[in-house]
Amino acid sequence: MKLIYEKSQAGRRASAIPRYEGLPAAEVPADLRRAEPPRLPEVPEFELVRHFTELSTRNFGIDNGFYPLGSCTMKYNPRVNERLVGLPGFASLHPLQDEDGIQGALDLEWRLQEILAEVTGLDAVSLQPAAGSQGELTGLMLVRAYFEERGESAERRKVVIPDTAHGTNPASVTMAGYEVTPVKTDPRGNIDIDDLRTKVDEHTAALMLTNPSTLGLFDENIEEIEKIFHGAGALMYYDGANLNAVCGISRPGDMGFDIVHINLHKTFSQPHGGGGPGGGPIAVRDILEPYLPVPAVVRKDDGTFGLDFDRPKSIGKVRAFTGPFGVFVRSYAYIRAYGPRLREMSETAVLNANYVLARLKDAYELPYDRLCMHEFVLSARNLKRDYGVTALDVAKRLMDYGYHPPTIYFPLVVSEALMIEPTETETKETLDAFCDAMLAIAKEAAEHPELLKEAPHNRPVRRLDEVRAAKHPVVKYGFEHHPEADVITAPIAVEAPKGV
Amino acid sequence: MTQRPVTQHPFLALTDDDREEMLRTIGVSSIDELFRDIPSGVRLDHELQLERPLSESELSAHLGELAARNTDMVQELSFLGAGIYDHYVPAVVDMLMQRGEFLTAYTPYQPEMSQGVLQAIFEYQTAICELTGMDVSNASGYDGATVAADACFIAKHARAGRTAIVVTEATSPQVRQVVKTYAPGFGLEIVEVPHHNGTTDPDELRRAAEGAAAVIFQQPNVFGCLEPAPELAAAANDAGALAVAHVDPLSLGVLEAPGNYGCALAIGEGQSAGNFPAYGGPHYGFLASQLEFIRRMPGRIVGETVDITGQRGYVLTLQTREQHIRREKATSNITTNQTLLALGGLVYLTWLGPQGLRELGETCLSLAAYAKQQLQERAGLELVFPEQATFKEFAVRVGRNARDVIRDARAQGVHPGYALGRDYEGLDDVLLVAVTEKRTPAEIDRLADVLAEVAR
Repeated sequence: MKLIYEKSQAGRRASAIPRYEGLPAAEVPADLRRAEPPRLPEVPEFELVRHFTELSTRNFGIDNGFYPLGSCTMKYNPRVNERLVGLPGFASLHPLQDEDGIQGALDLEWRLQEILAEVTGLDAVSLQPAAGSQGELTGLMLVRAYFEERGESAERRKVVIPDTAHGTNPASVTMAGYEVTPVKTDPRGNIDIDDLRTKVDEHTAALMLTNPSTLGLFDENIEEIEKIFHGAGALMYYDGANLNAVCGISRPGDMGFDIVHINLHKTFSQPHGGGGPGGGPIAVRDILEPYLPVPAVVRKDDGTFGLDFDRPKSIGKVRAFTGPFGVFVRSYAYIRAYGPRLREMSETAVLNANYVLARLKDAYELPYDRLCMHEFVLSARNLKRDYGVTALDVAKRLMDYGYHPPTIYFPLVVSEALMIEPTETETKETLDAFCDAMLAIAKEAAEHPELLKEAPHNRPVRRLDEVRAAKHPVVKYGFEHHPEADVITAPIAVEAPKGV
Repeated sequence: MTQRPVTQHPFLALTDDDREEMLRTIGVSSIDELFRDIPSGVRLDHELQLERPLSESELSAHLGELAARNTDMVQELSFLGAGIYDHYVPAVVDMLMQRGEFLTAYTPYQPEMSQGVLQAIFEYQTAICELTGMDVSNASGYDGATVAADACFIAKHARAGRTAIVVTEATSPQVRQVVKTYAPGFGLEIVEVPHHNGTTDPDELRRAAEGAAAVIFQQPNVFGCLEPAPELAAAANDAGALAVAHVDPLSLGVLEAPGNYGCALAIGEGQSAGNFPAYGGPHYGFLASQLEFIRRMPGRIVGETVDITGQRGYVLTLQTREQHIRREKATSNITTNQTLLALGGLVYLTWLGPQGLRELGETCLSLAAYAKQQLQERAGLELVFPEQATFKEFAVRVGRNARDVIRDARAQGVHPGYALGRDYEGLDDVLLVAVTEKRTPAEIDRLADVLAEVAR
């Protein structure tokens, strides 16, 4: 398919801009004037619409079908939330409007803070971080501020992270100026407590833990872990990536965590948007509240709402204004649609995951044979050993069956990992059809491995060469003629996968 | 466990029969048993204390009521800017951002499923590079403030051993505050250089930049004034620091691109190009650089490649920079970015085209010039920096506390601008007025009339 730049013809345009006669001439110093215009596309509006509509047909979202991408919680995004976020009172509200003109926005933010405090079992919330990874970094800044005030920041330099953690955890640790202390996973998929004991001491600032872990397993020793860290005077950080498993069932605050980030785009249905936006509010225990980012959204004695910038111990701002407000509108609406029935949401997510696990565990290897929470990790190493077929091949073949593949090769502690998260969205019929496809693929691996090796067969492109892209980076259009762009591509074949 | 409600929740699908059959397949007797690994001591022993579930119609009424308690930029004739601007967002932007195939997809880890968004990001990267005169753009950052922190992290490594970042005082306070929050973790310190009469002195900047890793300045700056940007970039380069320009994307039809006057990095807030103000977000931050910094860029980058049949396609590339591969050695912790908002930006920039971008800049320039003239002649106000050229925003003295002037003007349905005294000492009587292409000469006359009455 051509790029929009390859459809451009000088002189065409989609916009008409208001122009006025008789206004005073505006002066821009000559040395600041742009010499050459940027080569933006020149297309009429209908070509613009056709181009991006065609691009959308080459993309796959939850609206298209099942999307069991582990650790990403690809659940249904209710459309009413899109309508609500577009109300002029939200969409056209300026963040620097006077306080009397933002009462509805602050009320919504305050309500969402209260809800997140209840769901996490903690005391205070800042909505400001823009995504989970920024929530992590903000949390670590709070840790630093806490220990600085106690005069312990020079000694406490280490943050303990299990080997199953998301890559964002160690990356955030570095950006916060801390050092990573890795800890192993035991044969049941919990943190190795013996390894942990040797690694937590007076130099430890915090633990960062996802619970349930990226293996989809709840750490059975969480109470012991809490004693080890708090006993050493360290803090506990909860990566909320997997909160969808435990809403209304078990709260991070009750597990002993001091800081939690919540991924609003995962648990609370902000649409993922092809890679974002997200939202990463943090909830904290009362001892950490003074350090939260400014401004704080507060309810005053007279019942009105305000922004409090006067927080002398605050770490400062981590993002402009009060955070990604549109995300708050959607997540607030989503939570209000459930109310206390959030528990049913999590129960269903866990039931769906265990059902798919039960149906697949004989065809693929299950490295930790336990009940799972909202997701689970299988391994394709049996297929690799027996037929030379990899997790990547299985993933690509799933596309032929019309499913988005699971997360693969993560967590790193499982070779040939297939990380599957069905979420609470989905009918039993969909889950069954997906399981049937996974079982058929395992059979194909034995009988027609080439079907997997050459997959996908009916997507807009065949398997792409990622090594070439990295070795010879082409990261923007070169404005030179590409002969391959002139080739008329065949329409996308919509047909049953081979071998079914 | 609580009693299961009788009615099926509209976001859920399992029937009682489904649940029974699934539990049987799993080999457990109840949903409760699925949670047996959670120690009883950390289980919640009561229902979440949340208000009852709302139906869609109830939700619409409730959020409609909250929205109605805000005073938005449709209700008031607004000249408020200071980083977030009321530019027109065309219908095609909303319509295409709402395509479910874009809206409900995630990061394109599996490129064959995601050619649509990958090609769109590649086109976005091209548009940002064209706008800024740079070689490489990432797929977006969180906002215009956090990309400045990203730039500091690039500079820390590209200029290893240097520990200062120079930021001009005439850079947005949102940006300066965020950079200050991030700096201690990076082992960097922030040095601010004051403005003189609304702009930054290149010689003073050169002295401050000695030994610094980077210099961040804003064009147009926070007062709306045009900085001597090529001289500021040269000052940074002379000192061996990276020159980082924080630019308004919609100024780049009439103002020179940072890549064309020696900047290493160009960053900015994308909101004005295709996103609604939305009480501050979500928007997209853009970050573009010269080629030599490509392996230090944070976040996603899309690259071109071919499939096994030789057909062109797009993938996430240079992923060895990123957290999921490099972990604690990554160039950033960013994962989820602002792709959907950047897509809106791409659609908007395509809608504008090069002619539209230039005309939009010219319209903003001339309307702002008209507003300056009217506020002086009709309202009798004084410009704070009369000798400085501006783009779409400028500062005027209103004779008394600007916050009071704003309150009184709003009582007449006009929001006249931003009170700079909220961020700058000594500017309590200064109003920052933003004029986009959505304002008309008649609306500017109205602003002048209202300020004539309530100012001074």
